[in-house]
Amino acid sequence: MSLGKERPMIEVTTDWYLTLSAILFSIGFLGMMIRKNALIMFMCIELMLNAVNLTFITASNHLGLVDGQIAVFFVLVVAAAEVVVGLAIIVSIFKKQESASVDMLSSSKG
Amino acid sequence: MTDLLLFAIPGLFIILGALIVIFAKNPVHNAMGLVLTLTSLAILYISLNATFVAMVQMLVYAGAVMTLFLFVIMMIGVDKPEQTKEEIKGQKLLISGTLILLVSVVVFIGLENGLNWNLLFPQSQDTFEGTPSLLASAMFTSWVFPFEVISILLIVATTAALALAYEFRKRETND
Repeated sequence: MSLGKERPMIEVTTDWYLTLSAILFSIGFLGMMIRKNALIMFMCIELMLNAVNLTFITASNHLGLVDGQIAVFFVLVVAAAEVVVGLAIIVSIFKKQESASVDMLSSSKG
Repeated sequence: MTDLLLFAIPGLFIILGALIVIFAKNPVHNAMGLVLTLTSLAILYISLNATFVAMVQMLVYAGAVMTLFLFVIMMIGVDKPEQTKEEIKGQKLLISGTLILLVSVVVFIGLENGLNWNLLFPQSQDTFEGTPSLLASAMFTSWVFPFEVISILLIVATTAALALAYEFRKRETND
């Protein structure tokens, strides 16, 4: 019995990374829809942004261009800015109503 | 074989961490699941020749952003149970079903063509290592305008966070 000689060599291609990225994005979106804690919804946004980052890096590797990795830097900065402002908003909401649930935020509509 | 292991092990941890993020009840556990996902992603980035991005991912995401998250979790308390009542009937089931269907279609198409999607662009032959000098030479020449814009965004975000955190004590005591 020859192990690994007869079966074709499994090669990790670009498609695998793209599939993983799609799964990660879907999990992030699912969490965004089913959770009500604003903090956890922010973490799900981070998951989705990271799925996009993985796509960028994969494309950069696939095409042999450095631009995808530059784009990841910009996504990273935007994510950091978004977290800073979002968490400040959550903290100020929490000071008012002692809860981080988004259901309570229906009072903030005009 | 090494390639497969370098993809499969971080990939499994990425999905495991993501599932912890959306299903764990304790917010600290959610944050730790996110750390697991981000760290495993950094390993995948290294195998995709993006070494500097992997390093920045560890420092900025798994370090700074997650610390900020944990600060806020500790600050607003973790003991309050989350409201799990559904406002819309069958919302969770509907969304989960739809997403599982979508992902299955993606995976099925992948398997149908023998794990080969026939991507529009062919695999490039020239590989490169994403070193800091290579990234910097691209960022400060052809990407310099987006770079400046993003720096303005950071200043605006910092100012906004300060404005949100400031409590306007003087005005209240004067009234």
